Amino acid sequence: MPVLEPIIELGRGLFTTLRSMFEKPVTVQYPEERKPVKPRFRGRHVLKRYENGLEKCIGCALCAAACPADAIFVESSENSDEKRFSPGERYASTYEINMLRCIYCGFCEDACPTEAIVLGDQYELSFTDRKQAIYPKDMLLEAVAASQLLTPQKTEPGKFTRSVPEMKDPQD
Amino acid sequence: MTFASILEWLIKGFVWVMILLGGFAYLTYYERRALARIQVRIGPNRAGPLGLLQPIADAIKLIFKEELMPARADKLLFFLAPIITLTPALVITAVVPFGPEGLNFPLFGRVITWQIADINVGILYIMSIASIAVYGIVLAGWSSNNKYAMLGGLRSTAQMISYELALGLSFVSVIVLADSTRMIDIVEAQKSMWFMVLQPVGMVIFLIATLAEVNRSPFDMPEAEQELAAGYHSEYGGMKFALLFMAEYDKMIAICIIAATIFFGGYREFWFLQNTWFSVDQTPILGPVYVFIKVFILLFGMIWVRATLPRIRYDRLMAFGWKILLPLSLALVFLTATGILLAQEVNPLFMWGIPVVSLAAGFIAILGMYQTLRRKEHARA
Ligand code: SF4
Ligand code: SF4
Repeated sequence: MPVLEPIIELGRGLFTTLRSMFEKPVTVQYPEERKPVKPRFRGRHVLKRYENGLEKCIGCALCAAACPADAIFVESSENSDEKRFSPGERYASTYEINMLRCIYCGFCEDACPTEAIVLGDQYELSFTDRKQAIYPKDMLLEAVAASQLLTPQKTEPGKFTRSVPEMKDPQD
Repeated sequence: MTFASILEWLIKGFVWVMILLGGFAYLTYYERRALARIQVRIGPNRAGPLGLLQPIADAIKLIFKEELMPARADKLLFFLAPIITLTPALVITAVVPFGPEGLNFPLFGRVITWQIADINVGILYIMSIASIAVYGIVLAGWSSNNKYAMLGGLRSTAQMISYELALGLSFVSVIVLADSTRMIDIVEAQKSMWFMVLQPVGMVIFLIATLAEVNRSPFDMPEAEQELAAGYHSEYGGMKFALLFMAEYDKMIAICIIAATIFFGGYREFWFLQNTWFSVDQTPILGPVYVFIKVFILLFGMIWVRATLPRIRYDRLMAFGWKILLPLSLALVFLTATGILLAQEVNPLFMWGIPVVSLAAGFIAILGMYQTLRRKEHARA
């Protein structure tokens, strides 16, 4: 009967909401339960190292130039074989990212000639002070497994002359 | 009136107000949990075990929030409006019985009933208090010196006045059925048969009209966020807002208690428990428990409707109230009275004519609704 249709529709609506009460909640109980991030997730930056512990970053400041939010500050210094931070001539003696300015666009990643800076999967950034939002190099730099891998290292002369390594196409 | 009876009133009133205030707090929790489950979420579960301390956390938050007084508000009314809104919500249930008349505990040589005030015009008291509630809202809207608040208050008045007619007339059907306006008599008249069975359409009208009376969705026009910011309480903050909020939820509780009392047998047991140990005649202490269960279920109904139906358009709201509900409830009063008269004069079986004919009247109303809605669609096309 078409006349009763609105009433039937009303009942169907009520039934739908009642039925959804018995579905499993979709809520993720966040601090205890975390969803893994997607492979291309852009979280907090990480400064990568080579396997021998040398920093990939050569202090070229291309990332700072590419950054649309002007969030990166790089200052470079000379490497020497006595105190070697990275292959090649120079390394970043200061490297700071202001996480409040950063828009997590990933341009720095793209600009880097050595794949030194990578946006990782860390997304829990909270500060109680503006100053805390500036992450200096030691917070960004990847941790090392053993203390002999720490930089600066003493290296044999003439071995690390090339600052930009041979690279494959990126995978993911 | 002796000193002891005044003391009794004070104590019972105090206890009942405390119950209502606690009930308000946990009704917000209940609503949030139930709504969350309907929306396939979990709802508040952090503060305390199962989130049970959430209402307390909310209360503390509200107490410490800043109180604002709009620059050109009417200071006195702005201050009084929340109180005027809350008071009727708290006092309206004073006449509702929570247990049979027979259950009295003798204390200091006095007989104490399960009811704050046993007055013989109980249902009229409820109707009059229900209409006072609108003052607080319209004053809150007017004194805030804010256009949105004002519009919210006005809408609320118009809506309440329109739906009060249907509400009042569905009360009349109950009065006719129970042959009394005293609340205990109304409950006792439902001993064998709840009025919900005898007057199903009246019950539906009552439930719809109460939704409009307490400004619950789908009739929450006074606080339609999309149009009016927060409606009449846009300018309120802190404890004053808490009072308005409290009034809203206490009205929900009160109206559910009243609905339970006049249509669902009040403190009387469920029909399948008659003549067992669970009957209130044998175990009077179960009366409040039954009221609680019924109110719990009715409140779930309100939350369920809120989770399901979108807000209806203002002109439809008015048209529905005046063109459908009012004539229908008038017809029901007439039908009920006729049925009772025939049952008394001719044959008691005519009593069963009441629900049948009422359902037919309800069907006609649905037909009318269908027609008016269709005609509007054509007019716009
Ligand atoms: S992600 Fe974008 S905004 Fe952030 S530091 Fe890199 S380039 Fe700048
Ligand atoms: S992170 Fe990359 S682009 Fe930025 S300074 Fe270091 S090497 Fe250059």
